[in-house]
Amino acid sequence: MSHNSNAYLQGIVLDEETYCSFGELCRLCGASAEQIHEMVAEGIISPEGRTPAEWRFTLVSLHRVQTVVRLHQDLHINLPGCALVLELLDELDSLRSLLARS
Amino acid sequence: MEYKDYYQILGVARDASPDAIKQAYRKVARKFHPDVNKEKDAEARFKDIGEAYEVLKDPEKRSAYDRFGANWQAGEQFRPPPDWDAGSYEFHGSTAGAQGFSDFFEALFGQARAQSTRQEFRMQGEDQQAAISISLEDAYRGTRQTLTLNRPEMDEQGHVSMRPQQLNLVIPKGIMAGQRIRLEGQGLPGHGGAAPGDLYLEIHFIPHPLFKAEKRTIHLQLPITPWEAALGASLTVPTLDGKVQLKIPPNSQNGSKLRLRGKGLSTEKTQGDQIVTLQVVLPEAHTEEQRALYRSMAEKMAFNPRTDLGV
Repeated sequence: MSHNSNAYLQGIVLDEETYCSFGELCRLCGASAEQIHEMVAEGIISPEGRTPAEWRFTLVSLHRVQTVVRLHQDLHINLPGCALVLELLDELDSLRSLLARS
Repeated sequence: MEYKDYYQILGVARDASPDAIKQAYRKVARKFHPDVNKEKDAEARFKDIGEAYEVLKDPEKRSAYDRFGANWQAGEQFRPPPDWDAGSYEFHGSTAGAQGFSDFFEALFGQARAQSTRQEFRMQGEDQQAAISISLEDAYRGTRQTLTLNRPEMDEQGHVSMRPQQLNLVIPKGIMAGQRIRLEGQGLPGHGGAAPGDLYLEIHFIPHPLFKAEKRTIHLQLPITPWEAALGASLTVPTLDGKVQLKIPPNSQNGSKLRLRGKGLSTEKTQGDQIVTLQVVLPEAHTEEQRALYRSMAEKMAFNPRTDLGV
């Protein structure tokens, strides 16, 4: 694998301002349509739009999906468990940054 | 290479039962999983844990490992005996990631390869996670940085080792701590001609002596005198964009917050602000003249800040 050592790589910021479609999310995460459907049902990711064809996800969803896939594969946690883990991790992050500011 | 004490890694006794080993593995895997544990060495420890379980869960590998284990301690320099046959071990449901097992493991058990032959084996490369620390000034303005990453490289004998590689990156302005940047195709190489994985870069901030960042907002504590608070003032205040003038309204109190628009972490789409929190600092009275000034204030501005306490 060669890298052009003079080129500066840009990349995309996975923020709440940039959106992708259902199909794009599947491709970016390497997840199947069924897996994404299940995660939406579980509330792990929340798209805008009424039907799957209209669904738009912010790129923050990418990290959430990939984390769930890893937690499921590595630690055998089921989907509702993964959803709870993500929520608790978010809360921990908030608390840590509150602590850091005091 | 260093000897690895797999029993110590899982926290079990050398005579632990298979059930005890499985239980210990599950518990310690949860503890050090990199998505859950944010310590720097979590990923390396998680890898060691997977490797330890790979050996201790298999009776054949475990007894082979035990044959050498009794005389060695973790970290000691180790070499397998000349008549050791590493090629005869099978792998089922391997816990190895794409980066494989340690040199120590491979010296004892050979390289874990996929069941199909090497030519037929084709799989997209795995993603790689990395973190980069930048200053708040860099985040405010955007910057270019060079990152050094360890990546696996295969030599002519097919042996994989980790080599440092350099990547030149653009960090866009207004990036926040904890945000990730996705660099497509910059992850680990694919197998059998398949595409490489992607690189995910997590942004961390170096602690700043003056400012604290909370999402897009930059926070600054600003010490002011009692007369600046009571009478109002125009003060010079530091920002990530240099010094600016800030008007303190008259009769400001300790803890009052003032907003400097656009002086936080702003992107093209979203503005971030700087919040200045006023910290009224009282000069101490050391001379009689200074004490007299305070007594004069007490007489002329009588008020009880403790009425709500009922005292």
